[in-house]
Amino acid sequence: MTAAIIILTSLALIFGLALGYAAIRFRLEGNPVADQIEALLPQTQCAQCGYPGCRPYAEAIAADEVDINRCPPGGEAGIKQLADLLGKEPIPLDADAGIEKALPEVAIIHEDICIGCTKCIQACPVDAILGAAKKMHTIIAAECTGCELCIPPCPVDCIDMIPVSIDLSNWQSDKPVPITTISKQLSSADNAGEAVA
Amino acid sequence: MDHSSIESIGKYLHNFPGGLKLKHYKALSCSKPLPAQQLPLSQEYIIPVSQHLGRPAEIIVSPGQQVQKGQQLSAPGKASSTPGTYVHAPTSGEIIAIEQRPAPHPSGLNSTCIILRADGKDDWIALEPVADYRQLSRQQLIRLVQAAGIVGLGGAVFPTDIKLQSGAGSIDTLILNGAECEPYISCDETLMKQDPEKVIQGALILSRVLDIKRVLVAIEDPMDACSQKLQAGIKTMGAADCIKVVRVPMLYPEGGERQLIQVLSGTEVPAGKLPVSMGILVLNVATAAAIKDAIIDGKPLIDRLVTVTGAGISEPQNVVARIGTPIADLISFCGGYTPGIASLVMGGPLMGIGLQSDSLPIIKASNCILALTHADISSPQVEMPCINCGDCVSVCPAGLLPQTLQMVIRAENFEALEELNLDACIECGCCDYICPSHIPLVDYFRYGKSEQRVRAVERKQSDLAKLRFERREKRLAKQQTERRARHLKRKQALAGSSDKKDSVAAAIVRAKARKQALTAPHNSDSNTGSGEADGI
Repeated sequence: MTAAIIILTSLALIFGLALGYAAIRFRLEGNPVADQIEALLPQTQCAQCGYPGCRPYAEAIAADEVDINRCPPGGEAGIKQLADLLGKEPIPLDADAGIEKALPEVAIIHEDICIGCTKCIQACPVDAILGAAKKMHTIIAAECTGCELCIPPCPVDCIDMIPVSIDLSNWQSDKPVPITTISKQLSSADNAGEAVA
Repeated sequence: MDHSSIESIGKYLHNFPGGLKLKHYKALSCSKPLPAQQLPLSQEYIIPVSQHLGRPAEIIVSPGQQVQKGQQLSAPGKASSTPGTYVHAPTSGEIIAIEQRPAPHPSGLNSTCIILRADGKDDWIALEPVADYRQLSRQQLIRLVQAAGIVGLGGAVFPTDIKLQSGAGSIDTLILNGAECEPYISCDETLMKQDPEKVIQGALILSRVLDIKRVLVAIEDPMDACSQKLQAGIKTMGAADCIKVVRVPMLYPEGGERQLIQVLSGTEVPAGKLPVSMGILVLNVATAAAIKDAIIDGKPLIDRLVTVTGAGISEPQNVVARIGTPIADLISFCGGYTPGIASLVMGGPLMGIGLQSDSLPIIKASNCILALTHADISSPQVEMPCINCGDCVSVCPAGLLPQTLQMVIRAENFEALEELNLDACIECGCCDYICPSHIPLVDYFRYGKSEQRVRAVERKQSDLAKLRFERREKRLAKQQTERRARHLKRKQALAGSSDKKDSVAAAIVRAKARKQALTAPHNSDSNTGSGEADGI
């Protein structure tokens, strides 16, 4: 009886110490779930979800404080990816947060109207606006995430959103449309012939 | 690096998986020798700045400027990661505009073009031929190749200088690819028949640049005349110990870089790796000839051999065309269209791209202009469901599973594409050709590839945005702590100054006391001594 108690107690002690040591030695830094969620978010930093950036939103999702459908730039595809990751059902985008844009957009400053107030520079979450006080500002299009946070602070309404221009560097092939009826296709072949002639 | 497998390269021939035996129509354009009469000068040349994938080069001329034939018009950009290649003026004349024009590209989109109006003089810029290329170092030769704007002329237009740079010192075999496998194209065959010395000289220069002793010129089995001319050329130039001609069986897509290596060495180039990793470099025969022109004659790449062929052309033939020549000029030189013309293709019938109009220019990639008639084009077929017959798998030269890929892409399951190695697809069109259900497989693969590319770019952009956001947060936090520290300091300074105030007040009190002491004697004369002494 006593032997059993001694053995069990000492075993409990040994395992307890081992676990305690492992908890300190192999401690994970940060929040791995939030990291994985953040990797799926589009990093627009637009705050449409109600959190001040993608990281805080990822942390809130990880803590199960908020639904996964509050990211308009990520859109339905983003929600589906989040649902896959978290083992949840995909739900439609929350219209309160905003609507998904059909085409990616970037901001543009009408430079002849800009008065150089620096308000947009302070609002830009990714430092994509270049300028100084009383000097014209301009947007570094390659770094603009299209978050629209610079538009409300502008006192002269000189910032617009324009769709990203399609050129040879970012051109995309279309998904093939299955041919269902031949007559349609024939007429387009005729057009091609005319264009050549 | 284990090169044992390529020791016997070219000695025995091997097979690559799949492939198609296609009926050839090369005799259409290849039976005649090159025309004695040169292509007349066009009025206007349209030179797209970007003639290859990636960012365009920087333009170094401006509208209104007079340029000489062969003058450099653009230079590789400094900032871009994929450097553009030089383009040169195809003739002398005036730059009349730099504007957006449609270029031969599957998208049909506009790209920046330099428009040159010919002055008819066709004056060369001062050329700097190299008297003896053996005197130059490897790097000097590669720089000359870059300055001449040479790109792969087989159709892939990869900058040759970059290829040579990557291969220099690490390869031991150069394969010159003359195995044109597309049914209509014959420009390389014509080049080898007309100018075998040019190709051989190019090969000798390349063997010097790459410091190798083995060059294989791969040609297709039926190219008898080519083989004889090349052999004779090699003999007269005394290069028999270095250059060998290998005839490979006629099978589409034998001319693909990876397929050709597999036929010659029996080893497959691993997916995601380049032939350089196996010690092999593949260049087109026309590229070798262009290198000879660039080094020995000092001439930049301003023209190329183009096959103008198809039942839609009155006199199919091979023509030396300047880069930038409107295709319409080339076609009228070849007798114009025949009545049945239905469509115009740049490249071969399997891998070529459809052209929207014949006002587009010839570019460095234009190896063939193919005019097809209604009789050539099979009428469009209704796409039927995939029946899993496996025909596409048996013809795929890259050993992929086209039907699985097609289903995955149709379902937009792009994550799965990486495992299925979509990147290894060379878009040869064999699966398309063989499919009994008429599924446009290559169109699906192009869509899948471009979707993968766009996703990679988006990932990169979002990583950049994240980095910028984090840096900004850090900077703002730093600024705030600094501001706080500054406020604290100022407060302390203010607190410190209150001590000073006290001392000032004390000093004022002392001074007042002294003043009082001074004025005291005037008030009462009886008080003497100490007050006076203080005043002094």
